[in-house]
Amino acid sequence: MSYKMHVLVCGGTGCRASNSQEIIARLRESLEERHLDGEVQVIATGCFGFCEQGPIVKIMPDNTFYTRVTPGDTAEIINEHVVKGRKVERLLYKDPREDKSVSDSKHMGFYQKQLRVALRNCGFIDPENLEEYIARDGYAALAKCLGEMTPREVIDEIKRSGLRGRGGGGFPTGLKWEFAGKYRADQKYVVCNADEGDPGAFMDRSIMEGDPHSVIEAMAICGYSIGASKGLVYIRAEYPLAIQRLKIAIEQARACGLLGERILGSDFNFSIELRYGAGAFVCGEETALIHSMEGARGEPTMKPPFPAESGYLGRPTNVNNVETLANIPVIITKGAGWFNKIGTERSKGTKVFALAGKINNVGLIEVPMGTTLREVIYEIGGGIKNGKKFKAVQTGGPSGGCLTEKHLDVPIDFDNLLASGSMMGSGGMIVMDEDDCMVAVAKFYLEFTVEESCGKCTPCRVGNKRLHEILDKITRGEGEPADVDRLRNLGKVIKDTALCGLGQTSPNPVLSTLDNFPGEYAAHINERKCPAGRCKALLSYVIDPRLCIGCTLCTRACPAAAIVGNRKEPHAIDAAKCIKCGTCVEKCKFKAIFIR
Amino acid sequence: MTTITLPKCTIETLVRICDKHGNQTGELINILHEAQGELGYLPREVQEVIARQLRVPVSRVYGVVTFYSFFTMTPKGKHPISVCMGTACYVRGAETVLDEFKRRLGINVGDITPDGQFSLDSLRCVGACGLAPVVLVGEKVYGRVTPAAVEKILAEHAG
Repeated sequence: MSYKMHVLVCGGTGCRASNSQEIIARLRESLEERHLDGEVQVIATGCFGFCEQGPIVKIMPDNTFYTRVTPGDTAEIINEHVVKGRKVERLLYKDPREDKSVSDSKHMGFYQKQLRVALRNCGFIDPENLEEYIARDGYAALAKCLGEMTPREVIDEIKRSGLRGRGGGGFPTGLKWEFAGKYRADQKYVVCNADEGDPGAFMDRSIMEGDPHSVIEAMAICGYSIGASKGLVYIRAEYPLAIQRLKIAIEQARACGLLGERILGSDFNFSIELRYGAGAFVCGEETALIHSMEGARGEPTMKPPFPAESGYLGRPTNVNNVETLANIPVIITKGAGWFNKIGTERSKGTKVFALAGKINNVGLIEVPMGTTLREVIYEIGGGIKNGKKFKAVQTGGPSGGCLTEKHLDVPIDFDNLLASGSMMGSGGMIVMDEDDCMVAVAKFYLEFTVEESCGKCTPCRVGNKRLHEILDKITRGEGEPADVDRLRNLGKVIKDTALCGLGQTSPNPVLSTLDNFPGEYAAHINERKCPAGRCKALLSYVIDPRLCIGCTLCTRACPAAAIVGNRKEPHAIDAAKCIKCGTCVEKCKFKAIFIR
Repeated sequence: MTTITLPKCTIETLVRICDKHGNQTGELINILHEAQGELGYLPREVQEVIARQLRVPVSRVYGVVTFYSFFTMTPKGKHPISVCMGTACYVRGAETVLDEFKRRLGINVGDITPDGQFSLDSLRCVGACGLAPVVLVGEKVYGRVTPAAVEKILAEHAG
């Protein structure tokens, strides 16, 4: 049956949290009532990326992009748009810069600068439908590999593409496959690292939710090239939707002979199983991940031996991250020559970033390597929220650093980010404004590292704890000038001596903020002040009696009942009761409450 | 080993789960996932039963349970509250929201209220960063939460 119109509704975790499932059900109901269900199809897709404006409803073929849709809007969409052909003006995306509605996604600043390779199918297809994946060239790459290429040729193609690991380290993928292919063993393994642990990064989850077959196809291609017949996906147990979609996809692939024995009439056998992570950031490190899959504590071990030689159950194992794998099928179908024209000299292709924080367009974006931070933040991200001033952007999660104004025009790639004192990491990008305290941010990340350190090596276990204690002391206004040198020295020692990637990068948030915001540390230490007004111990909230008109808005909003005063008379804050949450400042229409 | 005083049906459940996984040590994490799914948490006695079935020291099981943040040895409340403390939520004020939950419930992160109604946890990234700060109560997701909204969220689930 062919439909003349498709209504795509985001079924990713973000939009599901704002009722997208109910929207889908109501759209289908409305269509059935009007007997249009044979002509218009409603599809639950993966993530569109524009999470800030979710839930998203997109109507094809004209690309109409409706934002922040509620279940109550569904009847109007069907009546007006589908039946009468009139767009529902009020639900269209409004460009904040020009204050006018944009009728279709092709003209939205958010999408114009993007190039979707790894996310090519997310938001376009029904992830639970194998035919839709196949209709977009799905499994053509696997067929090409099995039918026309030798394993060696596949590896050479990936090497020539210049693809580097997207999970953090940026190691050349083709080279990794070559190593794993070299070793002889009775059994080899392909492992997909889907244990996305970087807080604020959700690209891997979105790919698995929106395009699970691309990961499965890539794992099979890897298996063919290195001579492995077993694949394992190590996935976070906290990702129920991604798990469910992967399970469905694996079952579909098996039923169609795309997994299993003698795939597509060749001699190649490949099967995939799921293994569940249980919440440990260090398991992103491949040796730790392997130990965790073996049912043990996820502690890393010294390399060599590399997993390519001795990995899961002591067998040669190749570990790749989800986003890396999602690139593989396109490289095979379109060729390494197509892929390596995208990007910079040493970083080829695109990178997916989870753009979040104080930015107008929070979401998942994919840009060619070499795009600048300025393009990402201002053109795609739509600039800083509430017209505030940009202060810093944190890339690379707990292993990365904070970059500032002066880095805005640096083309983003693996090497440039490293040279600027941060790193690519898995692609978290958190934008901060003038209200964010950099010392507190460094402390926030260290808190994370201390909690997630596996405890095996001393520099990481004890060193990070000490770093955190010093930072805590500074944010309480008890720092001393010598603390800055202590942080620097200790940070360097931890980087040089820790066993694995977690410890070797954990001081980055501290060192980069020390380098880029020395004044902020000095203010906390010397003047006992937090210039951003974030460190609670260093500030108090005060009402200016000349500006307060006694409207009682703050009194009603205060969760701690700390504001007293009669109607139409200036109010006052009881410092003993105040929990410094800042709600009153937000509520006051007269800017009468300030932070001291 | 201490004497196990779990109800007989609980022990049977655990034995069944271990059998299903062939009593293999390599399956320990999967076994723990299932056990916690059935029982809600993994107290010491549960770990002892699993260790006995897999023929490994309890310390091996305990080591794994305490290593991973997903496993818990304390029961959750009827309405488990999780405040996302991922970076995106943090910069949008998740800490003040968490503080307000602590203050209103009078408990700390990882604790449960004396009446067993609420337990409070922080978690790292739900992946709904567009809705930051995010709070989960059971399966329900609350987005763009402010400290002032905490009272309403609690009232919705009280009683």
